[in-house]
Amino acid sequence: MSAPSRTGAQVLVIGAGVTGLSAAWWLARSGVDVLVLDKGLVGWEASGRNGGGASHYQSPLFHEEQRLWPLMDDLLGYSTEYRRERVIFATTEHHLAHYRQIARQCRDLGYQVDDLDPAQVREFVTLAGDNVLGGIHLLRFGGQANPQRTVQAYAWALQDLGGRILQHTPAVRILAAGGRVTGVETPRGVFGCDQLVVAAGPQGERLLAQVGVRLPLAPARAEMIVTEPAPLMPVGGADGNGMYGRQTLRGNLAYGGGPHEWMDVDETGPQTRPSTPLLRNLARRVAELLPKAAHLRVIRSWAGVVENTPDGRPVIDRLDDPGNLTVATMSSVGFGLSPATGHAIRDLVLDGRCSFADLAKLSIKRFEGLPDDWREAKGWRPTTHAQALEAMAEQE
Amino acid sequence: MSVRGFDPKAQAGKVPPPRRRVEVLVVGGGPAGAAAALEARAGGAQVLLIDENPVSAGLMGLDVPHYWGGRYTTAVHTRARMLEHVFSANPALEAAVEAGVEVELAVSCWGAWVPGYGLASLPHPIAGLADEERAWTVGFDRLILATGARDVVLSFKGWDQPGVMGARALQALLTTYDAFAGRRLAILGSGPPAMAVARLALARGLEVAALIEVRGTVQGPSADHEALTAAGVEFLTGRVPTVAVGGADGVERLEVRDPATGARRVVDCDTVVQAIGLTPVVELLDVLGGALAMQPALGGYAPVSPGGTRTSLAEVFVAGDVAGIPGASEGTVAYQQAWMRALMATSEPEVVVCQCEEVSREALLAVRQPTYLGEPSPSLAARDLGRLLEDGPANQDQIKRLTRAGMGPCQGRRCREQVALMLACASNQTADHIPLASYRAPVRPLPLSVLAAWDEAPAMSAHWDVWFGITSQWIPYADVGTERESFEAGVLGGEAPL
Repeated sequence: MSAPSRTGAQVLVIGAGVTGLSAAWWLARSGVDVLVLDKGLVGWEASGRNGGGASHYQSPLFHEEQRLWPLMDDLLGYSTEYRRERVIFATTEHHLAHYRQIARQCRDLGYQVDDLDPAQVREFVTLAGDNVLGGIHLLRFGGQANPQRTVQAYAWALQDLGGRILQHTPAVRILAAGGRVTGVETPRGVFGCDQLVVAAGPQGERLLAQVGVRLPLAPARAEMIVTEPAPLMPVGGADGNGMYGRQTLRGNLAYGGGPHEWMDVDETGPQTRPSTPLLRNLARRVAELLPKAAHLRVIRSWAGVVENTPDGRPVIDRLDDPGNLTVATMSSVGFGLSPATGHAIRDLVLDGRCSFADLAKLSIKRFEGLPDDWREAKGWRPTTHAQALEAMAEQE
Repeated sequence: MSVRGFDPKAQAGKVPPPRRRVEVLVVGGGPAGAAAALEARAGGAQVLLIDENPVSAGLMGLDVPHYWGGRYTTAVHTRARMLEHVFSANPALEAAVEAGVEVELAVSCWGAWVPGYGLASLPHPIAGLADEERAWTVGFDRLILATGARDVVLSFKGWDQPGVMGARALQALLTTYDAFAGRRLAILGSGPPAMAVARLALARGLEVAALIEVRGTVQGPSADHEALTAAGVEFLTGRVPTVAVGGADGVERLEVRDPATGARRVVDCDTVVQAIGLTPVVELLDVLGGALAMQPALGGYAPVSPGGTRTSLAEVFVAGDVAGIPGASEGTVAYQQAWMRALMATSEPEVVVCQCEEVSREALLAVRQPTYLGEPSPSLAARDLGRLLEDGPANQDQIKRLTRAGMGPCQGRRCREQVALMLACASNQTADHIPLASYRAPVRPLPLSVLAAWDEAPAMSAHWDVWFGITSQWIPYADVGTERESFEAGVLGGEAPL
């Protein structure tokens, strides 16, 4: 690789979200000269606006996710507010049966999960009420962190290792020649590189199209609400009732879930649209889940715009052409996996293959031959109320 | 068989059209709101006017919507009496009722949305309303925001005790609530708002001990200056408050200092009124996605409003102080910043800035993590605002996330403007370089049980999912592409906790 240059880097990363920042941090830990470009602030989109959950048993990165999170504060040198353990509990038989399946999946992977009776749930989740039917307890794994603090921790840890971040520097064009990426054009000039990582969230599709790479993505908004603080419960990672979320270390209850809104996103990224009337439906479900918290005041809401691939699974892939381009989208589930994702991307960039997991099924090649109108076919486009009513009437 | 092109898990079709629709919704029943409602009614429109006064005692304790500073009598707990006062203190409301405007008091608006980018699914423009017991939505064709102005309040030692309040709050307690509990005032500021509140206090039989001005000269009109001096009010120019000293009932005296000479002076008072400036109450417009810009001549961040009544949203209009503070000038925000600079130079760094989250000025400017996380790591201790600014311009939302200043139950009303001013001072810039910290619905801190949609649409309940409802997203990786895939898809459906 070439010598470090201030107008470029050995590895350029487009996107200072959790995935891009973690990848850059892992590369910097291996002594690589790395530069991250972002259109705005670090972690400003969905990376800083999510539930902070860190138990993704469906992912090939799950074991690495679980191995790394307890180490992250020390490795980064900054607090992520990570807390282990999780209780998922039900107030309906439907949910309870579902959570038992999740417990089974986790046990299949070799992790300990206890089934909880209602009294045990209330012991861990002191704001729960008489409506609890039961739950599952993820012991010594799972857990949550504070997304906002974590993204900044990645950024600072990267800087501490000599890595660079240029905020307010959107990637306008990927430059390629002879089957290789040569650099990235931005309003601040062209930055050259030996290797490029694109972890640009919803903007990735348009950027990659410039070099003939097709990454099919559909952006959508998902939102959460936050209450004033309550006294800390024995287990803060407590959710259910169709929601994800947690009690933060400060004591606030932060929960999300429910319908999403499909959006179109241009090169500049999503425009602000922090919340919708859905916050009332969320408030209801938090009050049902935690009846002893029903008096707590809702003090804010937030939303993140995430992107989904057609099958909802990530793409983490070092391409054949251009051969020095690594692509990552986590398909709307990126925060918790980010310590492991960064490690995988580091491996792909430096070694050509992931050292700790098989990522073959996350290849971009699986979308070859996908029809151009796949979003229309799935209904993953912005839809009006009238269009939805028409479709629902047709269904019946 | 599923219809091509429809996602049953998406939001479209799940937010029903509002059961109730009005042609014109006016938020705020002050002079501007009442006048706007009357005008709309005269034009033949069906008009609903809501006003959040009398505000519940619980919200007053959180300094919503004004910086009440705890200086109200127990009368605020008597709802019926308060309703009567609010109505009788504002003859325009009675006129509106007589003209056929529907008027609802003690009802707040905590959010409003219009269909558009990112919100294609919304069937109609709607506003979220609430009283103490419940929340509901109402549809509107036109929304007139007459939400008024709020005091810009600044921190000094002792500012977080009962008796330190805002001028607008005092005005409301005297004129609308008849529930002010203080007797003798010290007023910070000597510009027109300070003069006005001093005159009002004197007219109501209160004592005004002094007006304290950070600049070397009195800022308001000389006629007012002379009249107030004749009434026995002292003007202390070139002074900064250093500490409000008090006891169990709050403020008992205010100590001020001349920064040039160090000379101290004690002003006996039970109330310190901050009359340094007003800022337009733009929170609903921010939630709506309407354009806002720093416009000092309008009092700070104000609607981008061609002609003074329109906004960037076709359905939304502004009237009264929210469109611009009368008497504000190009120097208005610079004046507030001069106050902040002087307070930062004279007060101790441990002064609390964010009362809810107990963030000190020192912690804010060091971008220190909140105290519940314990001592900062060595890496964090080596960082501060200066280093953060090397990476890009100051951003209040970013600093809020890291320090938690402005993240509490008062929703940043007590510290939003002063944090922006501090960041401006600390980065040697004018306040217009600090982007507005975002407002989020609900813009009133409402209990979960009140805000909850207990009557949600059946389609919402039927298709609610934790996440996107994409079944293939949750198949265990090892099973993808194997014969177990369909088994797992069957037991999971789309649902999976994140």
